[in-house]
Parts: sequence; C-alpha cells; structure tokens
Amino acid sequence: MSVVVPTRPRATRSAPPAVPRRNGRRAALSGWLYATPTAVFVVALFVVPLGLVLVMSAARWPLLSGFRGWNFPDNYAKAVGNRFFVDSIVFTLKYTVLATVLLIGLGLGLALLVQESTRWKGLLRTAILVPSALGLASASLLFYVLYSPLAGPLSPLMADLGATFLGTPNAALWSTLFLIVWRYAGFYMLLMLVGLQGIPTEVYEAARMDGASRLQLFRHITLPLLRPTLALTTVLCVTGSLLAFEQFYILTKGGPDNSTISVVQLVYTVAFQGQNDLGVAAALSVLVLGVLVLVNVLQLRAFRRPDEGP
Amino acid sequence: MRGVRGRSVRTRAAVGVVAALLLAVSACGGGGGAAPGGGEVAEVGPDGVDDGATLTLWARDSLETQTNLLVDAYNATHQNKIEVTIVPNDDYVTKVGAAAGAGGLPDLFAADIVYVPNWAEQGLFQDLTANIDRLPFKDTLNEGHMSAGTLEGSSYVLPFVLDLSMLFWNKDLFREAGLDPEKAPATLEEFAAAAKAVQALGKPDTYGTATGLNCGGCLVFTWFPSVWAAGEQVMNPEGTESLLASSTATRVYDTWRDLWASGAVLPSSQDEAGPTWTAGFTSGQVGLMPYPATLLASAQETVDVGVAGIPGPGGGASTFVGGDGIGVSKDSTKAAQAWNFLAWLMTEDAQVEVLAKNNDVVSRSDLAANAYASADPRLVTINEVAAEGVTPVARNFQQAFNAPTGPWLTLVREAVLGPGTAVEQNNAEITAVLGQ
Repeated sequence: MSVVVPTRPRATRSAPPAVPRRNGRRAALSGWLYATPTAVFVVALFVVPLGLVLVMSAARWPLLSGFRGWNFPDNYAKAVGNRFFVDSIVFTLKYTVLATVLLIGLGLGLALLVQESTRWKGLLRTAILVPSALGLASASLLFYVLYSPLAGPLSPLMADLGATFLGTPNAALWSTLFLIVWRYAGFYMLLMLVGLQGIPTEVYEAARMDGASRLQLFRHITLPLLRPTLALTTVLCVTGSLLAFEQFYILTKGGPDNSTISVVQLVYTVAFQGQNDLGVAAALSVLVLGVLVLVNVLQLRAFRRPDEGP
Repeated sequence: MRGVRGRSVRTRAAVGVVAALLLAVSACGGGGGAAPGGGEVAEVGPDGVDDGATLTLWARDSLETQTNLLVDAYNATHQNKIEVTIVPNDDYVTKVGAAAGAGGLPDLFAADIVYVPNWAEQGLFQDLTANIDRLPFKDTLNEGHMSAGTLEGSSYVLPFVLDLSMLFWNKDLFREAGLDPEKAPATLEEFAAAAKAVQALGKPDTYGTATGLNCGGCLVFTWFPSVWAAGEQVMNPEGTESLLASSTATRVYDTWRDLWASGAVLPSSQDEAGPTWTAGFTSGQVGLMPYPATLLASAQETVDVGVAGIPGPGGGASTFVGGDGIGVSKDSTKAAQAWNFLAWLMTEDAQVEVLAKNNDVVSRSDLAANAYASADPRLVTINEVAAEGVTPVARNFQQAFNAPTGPWLTLVREAVLGPGTAVEQNNAEITAVLGQ
C-alpha cells in the first residue's frame, strides 16, 4: 500500500521583492539550483514513467517485442471490453469499502484504547505495531502457509470444519481482509495516536467543566479536531486498497473462480499472464490513475474545513 | 520579465522530457524490433566455440535440479563457463518479457515448451536451423519439442529437459488396499477404482488421489493425456480451436467429478494453485496420481513408486511431453559459444551420463535404451510412453490454459466442482481465446 504523493508545483503569485535586477537574477538562479535535485527525481522517477505509460497505452506494444506502431484508442476499447473489467472494478470497490471501514474504525478504536490505558501502553503499542514491520508480500506468504489446508498449522481445524480459508469467494475475501487488518491496523493506530495527541488537553478540560459526557467529548471535540488525520488516513487507505495487488497475487491468485481479481491484478494479468499486452495493460493503468486522482481530489475536498475556503 | 523567463525554462524542461521519452521509446522499440539473427552461429563449426567465454543461462525452478546438474557437468569439462539464474516458475514470463523489451536477455534461456511457438514468433530466439541440420542424430531428437520450436521451416530451440506426465502410484498403499502393487490401472475407470480403494482404507490423512484444481498448467499436464490415450485430440492441429467438450473429455471430467464427490481426492486439491500440488504424494498421503516424471528421483526417496502412462477412458496410455526447450537469445553476442553448450547438451555425455543417470528422460530416441534406463524398468516405461506422447502447440496456449484467469480453469472447475452443465459454453470460450 504505497502511496505516491503527487507533488504539486506551488503557484506563488507574490510580487517580486524590490531589489536590484542582478540580485533578483541570482536569487532566481539559486532557486532553480535548489529545486534541481527534486525536479530531476520527479522527472526521472515520475514524469518519464508516467509519460511512457501514456505512450504505451496509445500503442500496440506486446510484452515480448516492444513498440509496434500507434493504435489509439484500440487499447482503451480492449481494456474496457476485457471480460473481467467490470467484475474487477466491483470487487475492488467492495474490498476498498470493507478495508477502509475496518482499518479506520479499528485504527481509531485501538488508538483510543491505547491512549486511555496507562499500564500496558508500551506493550500494547508494540504488539499492535509489530506486524507493520513486515513487508506486505512477506505477510501474505506467512498467511499463505497459515491458510494452507495441506501444510498449514490450521489444517486439522479446516478438516474438522470441512471448509478452507480460501475455498469460497467470501472466505477468500474475508481471509484476505484479516491479513490486511493484521498488517495495517497498527500503522493506522499510530497515525490516529499522533492526531489524538495533537488535540490540546485544555479543550477537553474546558468541555468537561461544562459537563460534557464521554460521548459528547468524542463527537464534538475528538472527531472534529481529528479531521486532518482522518482525511490523511482515509486517503491512504482508499488509495492503497484501490491499488491492492500483492495480497491477492500471493494468497488467491484471483481465485477461487476468478472471484477476487483486483483491478491492479487485472493489469498484471493482461501484461504478464497470457495476453502479454503491455498496451492494454497501460490503458487500464491510465484509467485507474484517472479514477485515483479524481477520488483523492473529492476526498480531500470533502474533508476540508468549511472555513478553509476553496 | 520573470514570467517570460519562467515560461521559456518550462518549455525547455518540457522539450527535455519529450526528448527523454522519445529516447526511451526508441530504445525499447529498437531492442524489441531486432530481427532474429542466425548468420553468426551458422558460420562456426559444428561444435561452436569453446574459448573460455562466460555465458548466462536462465531456467525456471521446476527444472532446477536438471539445470544445475547439466551446467556443472559442462563447466567441469569446458573452457566456457555458464552462470545459471533460476527464476520462480510464476515469475518466468514476467522476467523474460521485461528483459526482451529492454534487450537484456541472457545468452541462453529455457522456455516452457508450450510457450516456445509464441516466443519464437516474437523473435526472442536466434535461428539455429543450419546448425541443427548438421547434427548427425537430428532425426532422433524429440519430435514434440522440435516441432514446437520450428516456425515456417526454421528451428529455434532444442529440447533442454523433457518433463513427462506419468501415472505414479504408491506401492505400499496399493498393497494395503489389496491391489496389485506391480500392476498399473489400465483404464481411467480402473484408476478411479484404485483411488477409491485406497480411500476406503480409512487411514488418517491418506487419500486416493490428488490434483491441482486451481492450477491450469497442472490440469493440462495431467488430464490432456487421458484424452490422447483414447485416440482423440484436445485442439485442432493449428491450435486455434478447442475440442475439450468431446464425449471423451467429458468422461474425464465426470471421472474426477465422481472422485471428488466421493471424497477420494485430497481436499486441498480444490484450492491448489500449483506450488504444492505434488507434495501430498511425496509425503505418502496419496495413493496414485498423474505426476511429473522429472520428480521420480525425489519422490522415490520417500515413497516406493510405480510408474505407467496415463490411461484414458476405456484404456490406452499417453503422456504430455512437456518440459523446456532451450535456445540462443536474440540479445546474445556469444552465439558461437552458446551453440557449443547446446551441441554438448545433445551428446551422449550429457544425455546419458547426466540426465539418464538422474532418472530423467533423454531427448534422443536412439539413446533411450541406455545403461541407466535398462537398470530401472520404470525408466524403460517412461521412455516408451514418451514416444507416444504429445506436445500441444498453440500460439495463445498460456492465455487459454495456464493463466489463473484463463477459460480452461473455469471449464474444469465448473465441470468438476460446479453443476457441470456449461462445458460446451466454456469450451467455446477457450476457442475464442485460442483464435485471437
């Protein structure tokens, strides 16, 4: 669940300081020099690959033989016409809603719990955060073994129940969600904790003096003041979930019966497992990118405080 | 002033980005567009060049043992040195694809024989026709592999390691179940009866048979032979039309459907996507199953194994002649040295003293009756069945059969685990993918 934070060029329209022209030119030059390292990285690691994907999406580009001439907009038509296109979108949305509700809810709940408890604070925090130290792919492999009806330690249990963790579409979805909650709950708890600690205690004290109940404190102080944190966590969580790949690639491979194909997995499948068509895969990626940008803009706007203006 | 200068810099930056992009595009296009060469290899002698060059070789992990044995033997007796990279099976196409686009393929690379027709067509291999034609034993090379590697009269690959699917049975479990441990089931019906007999033992953690119901590659490898054994085909000769809704194919699905319903199949087979599909047999938990012959050496460390061809409905026996072909990549600048390895690979030294010694099948039919094979009757069986085996050829094989989202997997799962009423429709779906 890595998130690329788009760097937005800051459009400062402030008036130039009234200084001699030579100085101004030098300042501008040093400004460009300061900006160069970032600019080089952004161009090399973000703009160029993005451009390449755009080019690919408008070209006939088989995996094994490279550029074979332009064919815009055929790739987009093929991407939308893929027999798993709609299924994968529906599944990804379902997964995103579930994962976001679970992670934000649990993250906030755990953060409140950890903040309240005094005695076990250190231990609790560590215990919940430890899974975050494990890479998602490693965690998925760990759960692959745990869920395996052949080699896993839970196989006797599965034999008794007559069901397997990844055997039916719903079981596979929930088993994957469990892995994600296990892996990320601690991370979101930490973000929430930082947000909670940023709320001044004076506000709580004042409210308590006014006789506010616990629920009132939570609804009218914690939640509103946690708004920036909630915005950040939801953006992270929604973006990450929409881009879910490793967990499904390793745990379910899109199965059983093609029920757990996420959008990114569809991109991977089209590119590397059969069709080997980078053009169509790139077209799918561009569509996903567009949707992500839109979703993030809407989210950030929705979480903006009313007094912040446009 | 400021504004104007800013814009011009921005324009320059944009021009730079566009230039970089064009460069990247042309680099990729150039690398991929190179026509398969071939002149260089043909000019050297029949054995290539052995001058101490370092060659790179990629193979997938399914054939790791054989690859290492072969390369170690070659390195020990030649000036040239080969460096091996073993790639996990699932990542192999990704890795080769990325390298092909970037012009970074190794000198030699093995390819699952079912992908070879497509890869040769895409120009990943250099033309070896002239060299192969000069081999005195050319006509004895495995026919399935050679035809898969031949495109419009040009040959691009030689057989690297043959992997046949054979029926393996656990002799101890056969004995316990009152079956003759030395006699193979002669028909698919007898196969099912034997599986049920082992299941009827009621031993904990012991099952009649096993398969990989979520692994298209495993199912192709183990179930196609049952259709061939009955004298039928799975595709038309061009590989553009699927014939997997025939009555014979349906009988194969029905047999497995019945086995699954009666509980004689290892339960984890339902979700098995490939990584552990052979594990149950090796640990002695499975009575009999179609199995990769390359794993005979490792399976017999733990289990007393019997080996036979895979039977079809009503009798017959066949096998899937799988495994990998190997060729010289389009990006290799040491084609003459790479050919030296390939020429050695086809010699008796490599085929008999390395492959046959490790209980593997040889790629040359004139070496089938070698000293190691005749010492073990199971190897004689494997070599005999190999001659009747089939290597299916289709351009879109991977997409139709191996891909986890492919229509073949949908067909099998519906026919065995589902209601079993949509075979015709799913078969049409396979044809649609094959014909693309």
